[in-house]
Amino acid sequence: MNKSILAAALVAAALTPVALPALAQQQITVVNFGGANANAQKKAYYDPFEKTGTKVIAVEYNGEQAKIKAMVETKKVTWDVVEVESPDVARGCDEGLFEKLDYSKIGNKADFNPAAVSDCGIGIFVWSTVMAYNGDKLKDGPKTWADFWDTKKYPGKRGMRKGARYNLEFALMADGVKPADVYKVLATKDGAERAFKKLTELKPSIQWWEAGAQPPQFLVAGDVAMSTVYNGRIDAANREGKNLKITWTGGIYDLDYWVIPKGAPSKEASLKFIAFASTPDAQAEYARNIAYGPTNNKALAKLDAKVLDNLPTSAANSKDALQFNLKFWADQGEDLEKRFASWATN
Amino acid sequence: MSAGLAAALPGIADPQALQRQMARAERRRKLRAFSLTLPLLLFLLLTFLVPIATLLKRAVENPEVANALPRTVAALQGWNREGTPSDSAFAAITKDLGALPDSSDAGALARRLNSDTPGARSLVMGTFKALPLAGATTAADIKASLLALDERWGETKYWRAIAKNGGRWTPDYLLTSVDLRRDAQGAVERVDPEQRVFGRILVRTFEISAIVTFWALLLGYPLAYWLSSLSTRQANVLMILVLVPFWTSILVRVAAWIVLLQSEGLVNHALIAAHLVERPLALLFNRTGVIIAMVHILLPFMILPLYSVMKSVPPTYLRAAVSLGSSPLTAFFRVYVPQTYPGIGAGALLVFILSIGYYVTPALLGGADDQMLSYYIAQYTNVSVNWGMACALGALLLAATLVLYALYRRVTKSELSLG
Repeated sequence: MNKSILAAALVAAALTPVALPALAQQQITVVNFGGANANAQKKAYYDPFEKTGTKVIAVEYNGEQAKIKAMVETKKVTWDVVEVESPDVARGCDEGLFEKLDYSKIGNKADFNPAAVSDCGIGIFVWSTVMAYNGDKLKDGPKTWADFWDTKKYPGKRGMRKGARYNLEFALMADGVKPADVYKVLATKDGAERAFKKLTELKPSIQWWEAGAQPPQFLVAGDVAMSTVYNGRIDAANREGKNLKITWTGGIYDLDYWVIPKGAPSKEASLKFIAFASTPDAQAEYARNIAYGPTNNKALAKLDAKVLDNLPTSAANSKDALQFNLKFWADQGEDLEKRFASWATN
Repeated sequence: MSAGLAAALPGIADPQALQRQMARAERRRKLRAFSLTLPLLLFLLLTFLVPIATLLKRAVENPEVANALPRTVAALQGWNREGTPSDSAFAAITKDLGALPDSSDAGALARRLNSDTPGARSLVMGTFKALPLAGATTAADIKASLLALDERWGETKYWRAIAKNGGRWTPDYLLTSVDLRRDAQGAVERVDPEQRVFGRILVRTFEISAIVTFWALLLGYPLAYWLSSLSTRQANVLMILVLVPFWTSILVRVAAWIVLLQSEGLVNHALIAAHLVERPLALLFNRTGVIIAMVHILLPFMILPLYSVMKSVPPTYLRAAVSLGSSPLTAFFRVYVPQTYPGIGAGALLVFILSIGYYVTPALLGGADDQMLSYYIAQYTNVSVNWGMACALGALLLAATLVLYALYRRVTKSELSLG
């Protein structure tokens, strides 16, 4: 009797690995940057998509392209869909780390923000790096980057992201360069020199941050008077009852993209997920949960004025903003980051 | 009879046979002992020696240009590295880029050249995507249409980058890691002042490590001395207090320090309440915060070897010195402390070498000028994805550690002893 049960169990155990894939629900692994952004994605994309029958496993990472490269090179890819920043889309696409997207399965290219459409990645949302301050502690906030640099008028520390990216652009704008000319100036030897020199002026007052969640904490704790910050993080803090304010002038906006690593386990389901997350309804729902702008232009019509006012894509907010120059940083990034390290050491 | 005895005891008939048999038995015994250590040796080989060898190899490997542009490298052989190369080089690079089987090969090439000469990425990828060139057949035509496509092909620096990296092996990553580079003619020179960085970072890494070691010794020595003077029971209870933080995750302890040290944190509140300071001290996101947290995290590595050495120092020597007329303080420094030198050496070396590789603590608690070498290794691995450079910095760290250990052995004339 016991023996037959054992035998049955053994047979079952032996069959399970074969039987499982057929029986189990299909699943995909979606990789995001965590934090408030991941929560909004869960509400707008993952949960509704699971109702279509595919389970979504959310994984967080910190944007390390090295991880994707290692997976693709060893041909052991476990991620299906990955959120990446714009410099990594171009670089990864060039180096063959991502699958080319089949737009016929995603949607009409013309519906999207032109910057969102690329060979290997499709834009998820538009976000912006802006200056922010605590409305409870500072009544009359900064209006321009020159104000941000003015430590006499606005005493206190300044939070800035540890690295060269964005900070050099901000420094040039503080030095009087018009947003439209920033990258032209920065590309010259003198321009880079000028940016670092301007950054040196502020150096004693800078408190560096590493993770996007830090600057709202600095502002709330009163560690800094103002800080550069990803606009969605401010929105998330204000939803928790804080009174943080954004100055949109001279912000740098950029997109995050969905990509599929080359050799991803379930490519078809991944494409379906990306198509779902690119629909106007899903994108509008996402924008309601965090103040990042939709890439599908049709989503804008579904949002009310209160939500639109907080998005980097609204007319008032994008008026004096600068679009992140992907090509410039793809070429000069490594060199400028090394120079930044050298500058920080002096 | 004698034949039977000889068969049973071969040594009687043939002493050499006995020796051989004994030698064989000895060899078998050694082999058995060796086979017991084999799993460990294999483990070490696979998880330690092979990765280090791979790392060192990656630091000098340079296959991208040689693989992707064989004809161009050949065409650039006789070029004097001034102006632009001959027309045949333009034809060769067009042919090479056109022959690449996959865009990922062009991507790897673009990355390699760009880390040598910024701008090369867009130049190579732009050209690769525009190929094949329509209608150009002669070398001069190809040159003209390449220049029309992207005028940067007329700049010497990009051609120099290709010519310089034509070999399969390169000293460039290692040179860069010590702020040197090869000029166009191949002579080694220092890099421009605004690009000099790793030398200073290495010095900073050693400086932070030395300060941390100093404070750990200053705090750890009295504690270890006190622990060693207690009864075993009491010492064990107190030792738990040393070990519990030691067993806690580093990230948890770093996060705890952020809570304690921030300007509205417990430490600053206490200092202000005690009227010791008027405004909050800056304890976080600077060198102070990094050193406080690192000393706390590394303290057990100082205390444990010190304690085990102190336990073995007989208390009678100290008493003898005092009874012979020495003052207690002199007796302590001249009789007791010298006997704990092995513990000091082991503890200090352990703390110092662990500090050199620190990454998480400075990354989270330090500012932009408090980062140690490992931070830049992580930066090159994850952000720039320039693994050659990351490996070269890793090799630099390894070499620095080995040199230090050799120095330690020369100074103390002893092997590292952990008590």
